Amino acid sequence: MANQNYSIVHGTERELSTNKVLKNTYMLLSATLVFSALMAGLSIMLAVPPWMYMASVIVAMVLGIFVLPRTARSSSGVGVLFLITGLLGFGLGAILTLYLKLPHGPQVIGTAFAGTGLIFLGLSGYALTTKRDFSFMGGFLFAGIMVVFLVAIANIFLSMPALSLAVSGAIILLMSGFILFDTSRIINGGETNYIMATYGLYLSIFNIFISLLQILGIMSDD
Amino acid sequence: MELFLKIAAAVVMGMMVFYAWRAYRQWQAHGPKAQKGDWQAVVLPLALVAGFVALLVAMVR
Repeated sequence: MANQNYSIVHGTERELSTNKVLKNTYMLLSATLVFSALMAGLSIMLAVPPWMYMASVIVAMVLGIFVLPRTARSSSGVGVLFLITGLLGFGLGAILTLYLKLPHGPQVIGTAFAGTGLIFLGLSGYALTTKRDFSFMGGFLFAGIMVVFLVAIANIFLSMPALSLAVSGAIILLMSGFILFDTSRIINGGETNYIMATYGLYLSIFNIFISLLQILGIMSDD
Repeated sequence: MELFLKIAAAVVMGMMVFYAWRAYRQWQAHGPKAQKGDWQAVVLPLALVAGFVALLVAMVR
């Protein structure tokens, strides 16, 4: 009887802890997305040149690899995360400026924005409501990321539209998988750091948006 | 400037490949294995995502 009570209490504590990580993650994700959007707006107003996108992504990736993991367990990790998402938003503005010059550019941007939101909400809702643990996908997803990055490196210098389309399509599917994977890890206690959890989800959303923008931009009549 | 950025991007993405490789090895060695029905539970939503993207493309053409 005492053991049963301990199991019930312990299980409840774990649930509360998981819910706290989930709540903090989604709150921080909302804040970083809003901040990113504001930085994108600032970038559009300043009409920054297109190369700013690549420069911002490079700096953000370096921060994400070397700085964020070291600061994720302290409050400074939140600042680093806002710096990364602010940089990515600022770089995104440079791309959006190009799209806004196209005749149907605003429509493409709006469609990509709505599509990204629906994909994220749908997949998150699915991961939250299903009872399955999607962490078995880890090896598959990281293998996919390696392949995509290698092809993307080649395409930086080859600049082939068909290859860009294929890479963007693959990224959308991979990032969708990562949304299921990351959300499932939070729910099942595999990820307890809400800063790293937010970073993972933010990158998935950002990459889906950029890839969707690229696909819709190439496939539209413009 | 653009060539410099392309080279820098390639170098940083190369680092990402290295980190993805380490993560892949870790998950292959220590990650949980798929249970019965797990992959079907993944393929369905991803197929819906692919179909949704095709719908969005049709909308903008």
